[in-house]
Amino acid sequence: MAKTDGNVYTIVFATVMVIVVGGILAGLAQGLKPAIKENERFEKQQNILYAMGVNENGNSTGAVNFIPTDRVEEEYKKYIKGTYILQGGKLTESAEAFKVDMKKQSKLPKSERKMPLFVGERDGQEFYVIPMYGKGLWDAIWGYVSLDKNLVVQGAYFDHKAETPGLGANIKERYFMDDFIGENILNNGSFAGITVAKGNNDPKNLTKDDNEVDALAGATITGDGVSAMMKSTLKAYVPHIKNMK
Amino acid sequence: MGLLSKKDQKLILDPLADDNPITIQVLGICSALAITAQLKASIVMSIAVLFVMGVGNVVISAMRNIIPSKIRIIVQLVVVATLVIVVDQVLKAYAYSLSKELSVFVGLIITNCIIMGRFEAFALGNGLWRSFLDGIGNALGYGVILVIIGFFRELLGSGTLLGFKVLGDPIEKTGLYSIGYENNGFMLLSPMALIVVGLIIWVQRSRNKALIEEN
Repeated sequence: MAKTDGNVYTIVFATVMVIVVGGILAGLAQGLKPAIKENERFEKQQNILYAMGVNENGNSTGAVNFIPTDRVEEEYKKYIKGTYILQGGKLTESAEAFKVDMKKQSKLPKSERKMPLFVGERDGQEFYVIPMYGKGLWDAIWGYVSLDKNLVVQGAYFDHKAETPGLGANIKERYFMDDFIGENILNNGSFAGITVAKGNNDPKNLTKDDNEVDALAGATITGDGVSAMMKSTLKAYVPHIKNMK
Repeated sequence: MGLLSKKDQKLILDPLADDNPITIQVLGICSALAITAQLKASIVMSIAVLFVMGVGNVVISAMRNIIPSKIRIIVQLVVVATLVIVVDQVLKAYAYSLSKELSVFVGLIITNCIIMGRFEAFALGNGLWRSFLDGIGNALGYGVILVIIGFFRELLGSGTLLGFKVLGDPIEKTGLYSIGYENNGFMLLSPMALIVVGLIIWVQRSRNKALIEEN
């Protein structure tokens, strides 16, 4: 073992190791980048369509079933009629809306943020799909909520980076997301958002005009994160969606 | 198991019971507590660790004569981290939905002390084949405990197994819930995993008295 104990050997070994490992990882990341980017694009299209009710759920309950990746591109083109960016209180039509990086935007001050809006049409009805980005317990949470002209939620999809499996991670389960459907984000005409409420004593979510959905047990902070994310994002869109009628 | 000699069999079988990394060596407890609220997460984590342990042990064993002893821990860390990142990137490119399931675990695999423990205690001093078997054996031993904890926590905490409502619907009050049964939300919290680990240790030591330490 003597030859491997010397300082020179140790330094040379460490240097070679770092270069080799760095090279492997950099090469791999470069080589796989196009495939990963494409997967992320498909996922975003699936999420947006899911929120406006274009999915393969059918009559099943339980699992989330997206439009399969091989069809999502054409379905997205079929259903999404216009994309807009809301910035500094002005809504402009923009083809760049899909490419807006919500994570980067969330770090900017509110007045400079680019906030995308996807307008879709299904069965003659218009859907306004709003992407959002916020904080859960451990890391980022994000989602897509679709509203109709009357600002009633038509669908929601949430996702997270690192919430606890079995607890906060359940925000991406149907039984949580489907509760939002039918909730109004206004209360007596003024903006109220939707609160993930503990103890609202309505586990089946039969009351749709209380601006509340039932919280997940053991996931208080993640639920509060969802409430905060919805409140801070949706408000800015309200006057614009009213005007788009 | 005709393929393996007696000694090799021991490498696989010992960690499953009398030399279990979780219940006997009490390693890898952190991830056992964090991700076992669902059976599915436990299984996915076990498979991920199985891969990283099997390959990692072989890589360390192959390099065991050229690793400088002063920086061997850092070298081990680099090997684990590299393997995990490679797996993560490949999954993201070719099995995107699976990679999303795994996202939480990637960091947990790197810090899993069982992996570093086996590198240090076994792979540095043994040949390729034996190191591979040792890695697989320990990962299986870890997985078995994870699956047992996940089974009880999901069943008693959520009334489901792998997402299926095996005890009926708690909101519609069908199945067991119709006679007043309630889910124990406590089971979903990490401390209950520790209590389940404790119960497993208790059962194991009462069945095999040789495992009880002298005071």
